[in-house]
Amino acid sequence: MASGDVWILGITMTKFGKHPEIDSVGLAAQAARGALADGGVTMRDIGILAAGNLMGGGALGQQLQKQIGQTGIPVYNVANACATGATALRTAIMAIKAGEVDMGLAVGVEKLSGAGLLGVSGAKKQGDTWEPSGRQGAIMGLDGRVGTDNMPGTFAQIGMEYGHKYGGVSFELFARISEKNHMHSTLNPLAAYNKAMSLEQIMGDLMIAYPNTRPMCSANCDGAAAAVVVSDEKLKTLSSEQRSRAIRVAASVLTTDPYEVGCQVLPNVNTLTRNAAKQAYEKAGVGPEDLDLVELHDCFATAELVHYDNLMLCGEGNAVDFFESGAAHRTGKTPVNVSGGLQSKGHPIAATGIANVWEICHHLRGEAGDRQIEGAKVGLAHVIGLGSACGVHILEKAAA
Amino acid sequence: MTATDTPARIPLVDYLALDPQPHLVAQECTNCAARYFDHRDACASCFEADFKPVDVATTGVVTAFTIVSYAPPGVDAPFVAAVVDCDGTPVRANLRDVEPDPEHVTLGMKVALTTYSLGTDSAGTEAIGFGFAPA
Repeated sequence: MASGDVWILGITMTKFGKHPEIDSVGLAAQAARGALADGGVTMRDIGILAAGNLMGGGALGQQLQKQIGQTGIPVYNVANACATGATALRTAIMAIKAGEVDMGLAVGVEKLSGAGLLGVSGAKKQGDTWEPSGRQGAIMGLDGRVGTDNMPGTFAQIGMEYGHKYGGVSFELFARISEKNHMHSTLNPLAAYNKAMSLEQIMGDLMIAYPNTRPMCSANCDGAAAAVVVSDEKLKTLSSEQRSRAIRVAASVLTTDPYEVGCQVLPNVNTLTRNAAKQAYEKAGVGPEDLDLVELHDCFATAELVHYDNLMLCGEGNAVDFFESGAAHRTGKTPVNVSGGLQSKGHPIAATGIANVWEICHHLRGEAGDRQIEGAKVGLAHVIGLGSACGVHILEKAAA
Repeated sequence: MTATDTPARIPLVDYLALDPQPHLVAQECTNCAARYFDHRDACASCFEADFKPVDVATTGVVTAFTIVSYAPPGVDAPFVAAVVDCDGTPVRANLRDVEPDPEHVTLGMKVALTTYSLGTDSAGTEAIGFGFAPA
């Protein structure tokens, strides 16, 4: 245990899926109280609360305190697109690293069931005469007239762009990535969908934005996740049981896009992920070959492919070969998205960046049941928020 | 537009120039040559704030595309959204005059700028949109 280390003491996620009977704050409370109980602590021990919720009013943290405990601690309500959960977690980690507190709570929640296509711009209100407005002097809505703003279409282009650059992509290849994740989800009772799907079923399903059919898109659903993080100094004072289940945060990194010409017209999810991965590997002192499992941001099947490359799980340009080799399968060299990924586990936006850390911790603690990756010691969790923000956390099973 | 015998036209976006032949006009940073299709307060690449208009090549190569099945109100579906590399300047646009299926739309296909009518307002001004069609 090195001085300055931060540990995950308690972590949990709710079942992802439909929760019509409970509101966002209630779901967040369920996750937060679960994480506190998992860590064997109470709100009295917590020095900072970081709360992520993209679709709500921006005051989740304070609303949550009223349900789980108002102790007067600082609350940071954070929003960073699909990286919101990772940003909340990192906010709590930073507060510990800064020496301001010795224990923090990060929570992410979203209610998205039935939200439909995300990213579609509202039609611009049209008057009697054309009036240019905005930074492009547009006289009507540009979504659908000048490319697409919808998420399945945006990420479809990101996967196709990889194909243009390196070759080897096809509708079937992307569908097989989805087939793998749906197969993985059959072992995850907390996934929104845990049914295996055949390649024929996936390719024959509703086309949303070629080459992404419906099961190749992340599932809009409800869910929450929460984590209690603790300093190493504080951890030393806790019980042996708490110490034995604590997971070391070997790296916590957040990046955004550096300027590139291409990202001015199509979001670039590649460079910032590669930058985050490089920083994370360096900080953790591990390489991609050391990873026992990876949860990466497969918001669409087309996205998973490019992140094999961006996270350097394979050589540059070799993502197709990496997948074809079976490496990303749960029995492969670097199992990817053994939770079922966002395509089947679901993607309640602000919960995702903590839920994927939970998945890794679950395996490192040896508590993952039927889907346990045996002997897992190091794992990586990755999220992308379009626009863009990238969060990478490397977690390590270590003696505390 | 002073000629009374020519119906007035207005481009969909201010970076679409209609005359003498339709073409796109980027704002280029005078310091580092980064190009933008929207108004920027300063250059995202070098932070300077001086831009000049430059004409963008009207032909290019499709480097990414998707065929979108569900369109926003007022837009026909399916439509093809793409990124077209116009001589080094990436452009976001729809592909037009091509069947919206993967047999007809391919990565690397050569395309050229095209314009089309988006309708006329109550003052009789015709809105002109743009896209790229197989070259």
